[in-house]
Amino acid sequence: MIAHSVFFYIFSLIAIVSAVMVTVSKNTVHSVFFLILDFISISCLFIMIGAEFLGMIMLIVYVGAVAVLFLFVVMMLNVAEQKGQWFSSRWDGGTHIPVGLLVSLIIFFELIIVIGGWKYKPDLLNSLSLKISTEVTNTKSIGNVLYTDYILLFQISGMILLVAMIGAIVLTYRERAGVKRQSYVKQISRERSEGVDLVEAEKNKGVKIDA
Amino acid sequence: MLSIGLGHYLTLAAIIFTIGVVGIFLNRKNVIVILMSIELILLAVNINLVAFSIFINDLSGQIFTLFILTVAAAEAAIGLAIIVVYFRNSDTIRVEEIKNLKG
Repeated sequence: MIAHSVFFYIFSLIAIVSAVMVTVSKNTVHSVFFLILDFISISCLFIMIGAEFLGMIMLIVYVGAVAVLFLFVVMMLNVAEQKGQWFSSRWDGGTHIPVGLLVSLIIFFELIIVIGGWKYKPDLLNSLSLKISTEVTNTKSIGNVLYTDYILLFQISGMILLVAMIGAIVLTYRERAGVKRQSYVKQISRERSEGVDLVEAEKNKGVKIDA
Repeated sequence: MLSIGLGHYLTLAAIIFTIGVVGIFLNRKNVIVILMSIELILLAVNINLVAFSIFINDLSGQIFTLFILTVAAAEAAIGLAIIVVYFRNSDTIRVEEIKNLKG
């Protein structure tokens, strides 16, 4: 139990510190690295609490796909020249930083109040629709539910991914001028009359072919 | 203090959520960091859902976390595509210089 608590505090401390570093680090690439660290420590927390499948999926999806996508974009765009500037680079009388801090503090205290209410009234909600059974593994119980009760949501999420993929391709696609491309329609609809030319060849003169 | 309960996880999620919101407000560098802050906020929501799912002993929270993960991945892909297109058109993604909407 003590080991569990110690590991919880270690992982959550790493998560909080790296979340702060994501927002304040001067270099965007460093931000992405701290984001990866954050995801890894949170997925360690998930595995500790007993949601192994989600922890592993978190590693695969966020660290393996999303963070690498962020890295690609950061390195592809030329943001290197702004890396010495912090968010306080130009104040120009902007009031949005104190207002933002105020709003964030209010949000934080509201969340803490909600948590306090939950803590002092633990019997607030007890509706068990899908009990977690201790006999099968976490992955198997999720699979049992995901492909039966939530099959429509599962398919809709697949559609969302498809739409996102097509959207990303359509957004970033650009037609370049001066690139030779294959035209299938032109190739297929080619007739003999326009491809072959019969020429009467004269003796000792040959045929002059104009290209 | 030593036994980890639901409150600990909720507090962690609240802290990370607030850091994400602060990151959106304070950022003046580029839009990519704002997208990363949104990812942090979604991460905090996921922590909440998973913690409730474990402590109420109900599996639905984990299922919903899975769907949130899917939507977050799609959102990151679309957002980064938009950023790439914007950078291609106007040669900057600094937050202060994106003023087309006069915001």
